[in-house]
Amino acid sequence: MSEPFIRLTNVGKVYQTKTGPTEACSDINLDIQKSEFVAIVGPSGCGKTTILKMVAGLAPYTAGTITVGGKRVDRPQTDVGIVFQEAIMLDWRDVLENVMLQIDIRHMDRATYEPVARGLLKATGLEGFEKKKPYELSGGMRQRVSICRALVHGPTMLLMDEPFGALDALTREQISMDIQRVWMESRKTALHITHSIPEAVLLADRVVVMGPRPGRIVEIIDIDLPRPRRLDRLPERFHEYSTRIRNIFKSNGVLAMD
Amino acid sequence: MSFASDTAKLGTETAATAAGLGVLRKLMPLAGIVAFLLVWQVFVVVWKMPPYLLPSPVAIASTFVTELPDLLRHGWVTVYEMIAGYTLAVCVAIPLAIAITSSARFNEFVMPTMLFFQIVPKVAIAPLFLVWFGVGPTPKILVAFLISFFPIVIDAAVGLRSMSTEMADLARSMGATRLQVFARFRLPTSLPYLFSGLKVAATLAIAGTVVGEFVGADKGLGYLLLVTNSNMQTSLMFATIVALTIIGLVFYYSVELVEGLLIPWHVTHRAREESGTM
Ligand SMILES: Nc1ncnc2c1ncn2[C@@H]1O[C@H](COP(=O)(O)OP(=O)(O)OP(=O)(O)O)[C@@H](O)[C@H]1O
Ligand SMILES: [Mg+2]
Repeated sequence: MSEPFIRLTNVGKVYQTKTGPTEACSDINLDIQKSEFVAIVGPSGCGKTTILKMVAGLAPYTAGTITVGGKRVDRPQTDVGIVFQEAIMLDWRDVLENVMLQIDIRHMDRATYEPVARGLLKATGLEGFEKKKPYELSGGMRQRVSICRALVHGPTMLLMDEPFGALDALTREQISMDIQRVWMESRKTALHITHSIPEAVLLADRVVVMGPRPGRIVEIIDIDLPRPRRLDRLPERFHEYSTRIRNIFKSNGVLAMD
Repeated sequence: MSFASDTAKLGTETAATAAGLGVLRKLMPLAGIVAFLLVWQVFVVVWKMPPYLLPSPVAIASTFVTELPDLLRHGWVTVYEMIAGYTLAVCVAIPLAIAITSSARFNEFVMPTMLFFQIVPKVAIAPLFLVWFGVGPTPKILVAFLISFFPIVIDAAVGLRSMSTEMADLARSMGATRLQVFARFRLPTSLPYLFSGLKVAATLAIAGTVVGEFVGADKGLGYLLLVTNSNMQTSLMFATIVALTIIGLVFYYSVELVEGLLIPWHVTHRAREESGTM
């Protein structure tokens, strides 16, 4: 097997706060291959966001090592697209320009990437909304714009932190399908954080199950289901995987939250 | 499609009533003022108030018209001093706000000094300025500057600090340089806050100018107020107050106009949807 694209070795993080140190996670060992889609599920506060930020180089780790593409992560990664839990929009830019922000900041060629941006907006059901301002969109639409912005520059790595956390079940399913479609076309290395077991099983090649605080990896499960996976035609094995993860949570004293 | 045309028809029927309501709603704030003036007029006429004590609105209006050349002559002086002081405040306050939000050290160093100068009553410093700079426009400009300076710095600094950590993370993951973070993220985020400071300052600038003129001047509306006061020209005094009010209002709404042009995306400037009869 080749060297994994993202490698976390014995990674831990302790936040120093006014009320003393808080251990966010420890002993995280995880290898992610190129073009692999990995989902992390775990209870609130188990350090999922912390892991994602450490991989992105946005938060320093206090133990172990993280490498991306063979290089130690010690500064913000830029060959990356990140979708945050809350959609971050620049209110003064319209939808297309919010996606193109990525291109502007990186001084990439606008003429080359504008069609890419339009294509992504179309693929996520936002055709016709290019000139709308963020406040004219619903929460789900804003999150879709964030996803397009995370993909438009063709990064090798896609990091998503509970991108559907604030959305209703119906919209979540819809955007999950959008993500699967876009991912199947581009095959980015993806790290996806979620609270939802079905969402993790639906999207991921492997699901990392985390235990309650301080966060540790309890089990990593290979999801061996053919793609594209469809919500209306879920095989029996899909439910077996979901039940298995749910049981892991139960035996760790965590109630699944979906 | 038929659904769309149905709602469109419904729309045109109610459009006329909606427009009427809209005009009414716009005139609502004026109704209070008109009522106030009416009561005033009736009061003066019925009680036969002597004009040197309280002239009627009609008398004030006619004085305003006949004395318009004089009011304009003094008005321009005041407007010039006010705008000069305000502009100076903007030019100093915004870079200062940028400096104090970029460096904690500088903030600790400057903030107490600034607060000190804000707490010292401007009315008390004005005579000093007169001693230092004479009766020319300089002391008035300085008082207007001092009084409008503080709200701009404070609100601009709050605005420049209001960018969320997630937005900062987003910018960093795009490899944004410090300058890009400032120009593309931080500055636009701060504009709504900055403008609330600019608007407060706009209402204060006129007061500062008049205070400056009170202390020592040979022209300007503040000077005219003092002269008319000592000559018991109460009607002209009221006309002067009206002129000052008009200047203040026009200035305030000009700033608001600029705000609407610069940040049409902000919640306070979005097109309001019809809320019906609420
Ligand atoms: N900036 C911070 N300073 C101090 N402690 C923090 C900070 N961010 C997170 N923590 C702590 O680290 C732990 C993990 O937080 P993290 O945000 O990674 O959890 P999470 O798994 O993403 O939770 P959720 O699912 O609710 O988003 C928590 O106990 C939290 O209190
Ligand atoms: Mg989180």
